[in-house]
Amino acid sequence: MITAEEIRAKLLEAFPHARVQVVDTTGTFDHFDAVVVEESFRTLSRVRQHQAVYEALGDAFRDRIHALALKTMAP
Amino acid sequence: MSEKISLPIAANQSGPGQQSAPRTRAQGGDVMSEIEAEVKGQKVFLYMKGTPDFPQCGFSARVVQILQHLGAEFGSSDILVDPEKRDAVKVYGKWPTIPQLYIDGELVGGCDITTEMFQSGELQTLLGASK
Repeated sequence: MITAEEIRAKLLEAFPHARVQVVDTTGTFDHFDAVVVEESFRTLSRVRQHQAVYEALGDAFRDRIHALALKTMAP
Repeated sequence: MSEKISLPIAANQSGPGQQSAPRTRAQGGDVMSEIEAEVKGQKVFLYMKGTPDFPQCGFSARVVQILQHLGAEFGSSDILVDPEKRDAVKVYGKWPTIPQLYIDGELVGGCDITTEMFQSGELQTLLGASK
C-alpha cells in the first residue's frame, strides 16, 4: 500500500522541476494514474521516459503498486 | 575441406575485457544471458503471457495481433510457465510489466506504446528497417 502523495513525492525527488499528478483511481492504495511533464523527456523516446519514471519509483513500484497507468511528456 | 571443427564452447573463452556471447540456460548460461540471446538472436522478440496461438492476457494478445497484422515474423517466450524469467525480463528491460516487445535487441515497449507506434506508423518503420 502506498498513497498518491507518496508516489508524487518520490517522483518530485527524481524530477524536481516536473509537473506531477498522481491519482489513486480505485481508492485502494494500489492502482494509480500518473502524469509526469518533465523538460528532460524532450530528448527521450517514450519507452525511455517510462523507464526513467519506473526507475525513480524503484522498489516501491515492484512491491507496493499493483497498476500504474502512466503518461509522460515534455512541456 | 578443413578438418578444423569449431565448438560452441570456444565462443565463451573470451579474453579479459571481452564479453562472452549470450547463452541460454540449456547452454549453461544464466537467465539474463538467455534473455540477451533471445532479444539479440532475432529481429523481433516478444515476452508475453501465453503463446501467440493462445494468449493468456488481452495486452499480450493485442501485441501479437498487431505483429501478425503487419506480417512480422517474431519469436516469443511465455513467461507464465517460467517464473524465473518472468522476474528477470522485468529487470533486464527496466520495465515492470508483460508484454514486452523487442526489435533489433531494443525494448520498444508494452502494449500501450506498441499500439501507439502502430497507429503512428513508427512500428512499421522499425520493422521494415534492416538491422
